[in-house]
Amino acid sequence: MTSNDNGTASGGTAVKDAPGNAAPLVELRAAGKSYGNVRALHGVDLAVRPGQVTCVLGDNGAGKSTLIKIVSGLHQHTEGEFLVDGEAVRFSTPREALDRGIATVYQDLATVPLMPVWRNFFLGSELTKGPWPVRRLDIERMKKTADEELRAMGIVLDDLEQPIGTLSGGQRQCVAIARAVHFGARVLILDEPTAALGVKQSGVVLKYIAAARDRGLGVIFITHNPHHAYMVGDHFSVLRLGTLELSAARSEITVEELTNHMAGGAELTALKHELAQVRGVDVEELPEEGDVQVPAATPSDGTPDGTASETSSGTASETSSGTASETSSGTASETSSEKTP
Amino acid sequence: MTMTQASAPAAEPAPPDSPAGRKDGRATERSVARRLLARPEVGALIAAVGVYVFFFAAAPPFREASSLATVLYQASVMGIMTLPVALLMIGGEFDLSAGVAVTTSALTAAILSYQLTLNVWTGVIVALIASLAVGAFNGWLLIKTGLPSFLVTLGSFLILQGANLAVTKIFTGNVASDSISDMDGFDQAKSVFASEISIGGVNFKITIFYWLVFAALATWLLLRTKFGNWIFAVGGNQDSARAVGVPVKFTKIALFMGVGLGAWFVGMHLLFSFNTVQSGEGVGNEFLYIIAAVIGGCLLTGGYGSAVGPVIGAFIFGMVSQGIVYANWNPDWFKAFLGVMLLLAALVNLWVRRQATRR
Repeated sequence: MTSNDNGTASGGTAVKDAPGNAAPLVELRAAGKSYGNVRALHGVDLAVRPGQVTCVLGDNGAGKSTLIKIVSGLHQHTEGEFLVDGEAVRFSTPREALDRGIATVYQDLATVPLMPVWRNFFLGSELTKGPWPVRRLDIERMKKTADEELRAMGIVLDDLEQPIGTLSGGQRQCVAIARAVHFGARVLILDEPTAALGVKQSGVVLKYIAAARDRGLGVIFITHNPHHAYMVGDHFSVLRLGTLELSAARSEITVEELTNHMAGGAELTALKHELAQVRGVDVEELPEEGDVQVPAATPSDGTPDGTASETSSGTASETSSGTASETSSGTASETSSEKTP
Repeated sequence: MTMTQASAPAAEPAPPDSPAGRKDGRATERSVARRLLARPEVGALIAAVGVYVFFFAAAPPFREASSLATVLYQASVMGIMTLPVALLMIGGEFDLSAGVAVTTSALTAAILSYQLTLNVWTGVIVALIASLAVGAFNGWLLIKTGLPSFLVTLGSFLILQGANLAVTKIFTGNVASDSISDMDGFDQAKSVFASEISIGGVNFKITIFYWLVFAALATWLLLRTKFGNWIFAVGGNQDSARAVGVPVKFTKIALFMGVGLGAWFVGMHLLFSFNTVQSGEGVGNEFLYIIAAVIGGCLLTGGYGSAVGPVIGAFIFGMVSQGIVYANWNPDWFKAFLGVMLLLAALVNLWVRRQATRR
């Protein structure tokens, strides 16, 4: 556990040397959120730059949803700073976030099932024409625009008049992404867009994430699938119990390390030791604690803090500082060759 | 169905031009019949034709033009109030105080004008403000407390019902307000709210025309304006609506104030028709409004419906209530008949919606 705390601290500094030197569109500095006396999020650093996909990973209840609710304006942070274009902000409604170019595609997609596709597409940002007393929806233009935007994303619908509830999950997801892109989003927040989708549909959605990134948008991709994250991500932040457990650029981490980290990391090792006490459970083939350490947990400034704390955190007989540093610098082998007897 | 025609211009927009070229290939075009069935008011229209034919056959006096005028009058008084109630229902909320709010509005105008010996128009304006305030209060309380509208408006229903009786007794010592027929501006106000228009020798109450105009306006509002889009959205999925930037609080409070506006209008009509107001009236009408809206295809849980549907619903109500009289039946059967209509309408709506959303 100690190593995690250290990992958080050094992870914060690691954010700065992420590739792409453009100024962050959205930045969280030691941000946190408490609901009454429940601290859902604490000390989280996050930077979203244009043309980059920042992946936020974490188990259920890790604070992912709280994080995006702060950025999207549904909730306000209670500690730390939230900056948009380098300027500290505090949104009180999602409308304000939208006006600053931060668009969110929610897990439930924020669509109204019984409303037609085109009405959903423009919901909350309807196009109108005519002077006030007879100001009315510009239905022709809305339908045309919706159709064009959807086609640009490769979605062809026969009938824009059909209720959006009749579309498949992947189609709805793509409509929601197309909508956000159309409304001039600079930052796109995607809340578990692939969670409820099949393999093929997930691929389609990942393609749109890459397309949005190539259009210069900053993307925050929330997921608990490290493989999906690694396919499109430029930077990875892993949340656990409301704190940042890992923050690493793509160059610093492999998909195996990311998977291990997501799978529970140090907790798995602890579980292994507990299991070892139980007769009949074979723990020989389970990964070592050292294997699941990740580079970001090793401080880049060269202080021996990381290794020291790792030693203290692990059960001393198992982990040597040598193993830890070796693994963190090198490849992530699933089953370590150097099991200590 | 005159009223269907009246609001027809604002009804269904032309289907989108079939996109030339690529298609998904799995979804077949929904047939015209199915698209028609997808309209919320189709079930009600079928029922209205059925009821009309039934009474046309069963009750000879029903066939006369003057009977139609009476039926339409009955329907219009209820229908004017059903429209805002239906919009509110599409927006996902109920207003159980809608029935007594009509009486409250009429009493406010009557008592204020009489006690202070003012021009009746002053009373009319104050009643409007009071009605809008009641609506705003309902909406505000709903937003602030997050309680279900059923509970909030049940509270305001009881408050208004009690206050109607108690306040009237304080000022008149009676359960009815004093007659204001000899007061300044009465005739003028009567011509606005409660006059008759003669067409081909048959006198039609002016409320019928107001009703149809309001229905057309409501249809336009629902299908052609931003606000209409918001009504569907807050009723269909409030959280989603809020997340995409729809002003949910504004929409809901405005809808409740719309019910207040309707209550004011009907209240003024009753006041200037009868010169006096019975303070115990209106109780139970809130359910008739809701029933008419449901018969008209509005979804009880919100997010679906139209303004034309409630017009047809109110017309069915008018036909049944008058048709039973013309057929020389015991009028006690009215409520039983209405109950059957409600159940049938609910079933038809359910079936229709399944047909519409099935692919």
